[in-house]
Amino acid sequence: MNYRLSMIVLSASATIFTAGMASAEQITFVSQGGAYQEAQTKAILDPVAELLGITVNQDSSPDAWPVLKTQTASGKVIWDVIDTPPKDCIRGGEQGMIEKLDFSKIPNAEKMPAEYKSPYSVAYEFYSSVLAYNKEKFGDNPPKTWADFWDVKKFPGTRALRNHPLATLEAALLADGVPADKLYPLDVDRAFKKLEEIKPHVAVWWTSGAQSAQLLADGEVDMEMAWNGRVAAVVKEGAPIGYSFNQGFLQYTSLCILKGAPNLETAVKFVNAALTPEIQANFPTYIDYGPGNPEAYKTGKISPERAAEMPSSPENAELQVLVSDEWWSSPAGEEAQKRWATFIQQ
Amino acid sequence: MLLAPALLVVVVLLVLPLLWLAWQSVRQDGGFTLAHYERFLTDPVYWMTFLQTFRIAAIVTAMTVLLGYPVAYVAAGLSQRWSIVVLTMVLLPFWTSVLVRAYAWLILLQRNGIINSALTGSGLIDAPLKLVNNEFGTVMATIHILLPFMVLPLYATMKKIPGELTMAGASLGGSPLHVFLRVFLPLSLPGMIAGMVLVFVLTLGFYITPELLGGGRTYMVSMLVSRNIEVYNEWGAASSISVVLMVCVFLIFRLVSLLIPFERIMGTR
Repeated sequence: MNYRLSMIVLSASATIFTAGMASAEQITFVSQGGAYQEAQTKAILDPVAELLGITVNQDSSPDAWPVLKTQTASGKVIWDVIDTPPKDCIRGGEQGMIEKLDFSKIPNAEKMPAEYKSPYSVAYEFYSSVLAYNKEKFGDNPPKTWADFWDVKKFPGTRALRNHPLATLEAALLADGVPADKLYPLDVDRAFKKLEEIKPHVAVWWTSGAQSAQLLADGEVDMEMAWNGRVAAVVKEGAPIGYSFNQGFLQYTSLCILKGAPNLETAVKFVNAALTPEIQANFPTYIDYGPGNPEAYKTGKISPERAAEMPSSPENAELQVLVSDEWWSSPAGEEAQKRWATFIQQ
Repeated sequence: MLLAPALLVVVVLLVLPLLWLAWQSVRQDGGFTLAHYERFLTDPVYWMTFLQTFRIAAIVTAMTVLLGYPVAYVAAGLSQRWSIVVLTMVLLPFWTSVLVRAYAWLILLQRNGIINSALTGSGLIDAPLKLVNNEFGTVMATIHILLPFMVLPLYATMKKIPGELTMAGASLGGSPLHVFLRVFLPLSLPGMIAGMVLVFVLTLGFYITPELLGGGRTYMVSMLVSRNIEVYNEWGAASSISVVLMVCVFLIFRLVSLLIPFERIMGTR
């Protein structure tokens, strides 16, 4: 039934595309929508489609996980490749919903650092949770570290943090003096204890990226942890906001392939092509998120000035802490997420 | 017979999904479970969220009575023409999206917002007041959104109170206050109770307003439902919370219907 249906779809699309396309090969690629997916279309998807001579159909879902679960559970898989946090790829893989990647067929990933890969996923693009501050408020002496963020005597002012434990617990531990390379596994008790200290000074626990940007732009808060892309956008609009990648929390979304993907072979080809350094180097032209493949910085396509604004450039990556999705998808990580709700309300 | 299509729509679009919701709340890994309901007893987040939600609903209800009663009273006493003007002003914000109004309140109440700028600029206060990103801002915007639900039933009830009754009271020597308290107020009570039930129940389900204006620490039941799906992917838990909230609403209706007939709340009589 499924097979027949896909044959009908295939032959239908074949009839439509034979006029202009050399091949009827296609995949369905899913990302998170919005400006981010638009940027990818120009930076990655169109060049990949041209390189491979395939059609890349697009779908978007702000949170792919529930859909992923439904599609694989019902046996009606229509997506091939998803761009999603590696956590979902890993736990999806463990639950038989995500294909194991055959890295022998993905040579472009060969030079990528081991921590950017898992058996089920490979890094695609990077973003960072950075410390942003109001330049008018702090002048020449802005808060530079999470210890500064926690120091309400030296740096008085209102603060905002994300209403989510990921990266927030890490910041608390850095502020408490835990060395960056000894963060994982997180000491959850210690992190929450440190968070209790700053809680009275946190004016807003933000939930959406747009909200975090608005808080900075309107001067509602003097310092905040926010995603670098959102902060950069506020800076571009002319708001007196500064930030640095120092002690930022580097995070990435990765590509993974659904178990039972209708176009498995093409999907693998797609993943490899999407990691081509020259194509990955297009990311900075369209959006403030960095390429997943560090080789992109060696192509010469990214100017040094632009590289300095990218969370994943080798210089910036060194200043930051790579968030461990593996820890966050472990039982201890899930437990910390549940504990968060209690912490916020008390 | 004529009711059949409407009945079908209600069964398919409301009753069946609700049954599915209830079913979902007692299932886990393909078996029966009460685990989702046990959390109401064991997880402090659950009862804290319900407590905060009911507290906000109570405050909002009380405030809409205080603010709405005089408006309805004035509108009911005016000539047809002027009462239409007043009611239009009550309804005007009602036609603006809840989202837009939440942002409007943000502009008014935030640290560098209009109210704080005016207060600090005039030297009345030294430091800006914390008016938003907390429960206060949430309550404020919720009152604004739900005020029409209080004013309209009150107005409808007051309009039906015969003017002769208050005149009779006055002619018997009652002071205006006495006449109001003994004659007008009791007669307007059904409208007030109708408004209170509507406002209270609608507040229980508020989502966008606390999410945008609550600063992350105003946590209402609807947010607990959405967080269970988005963050924890716990459909069973989310369903059980919805079921409990729904039962609460039914209980409220039942209690109120002991006081005044249900038909009057819904305005059919």
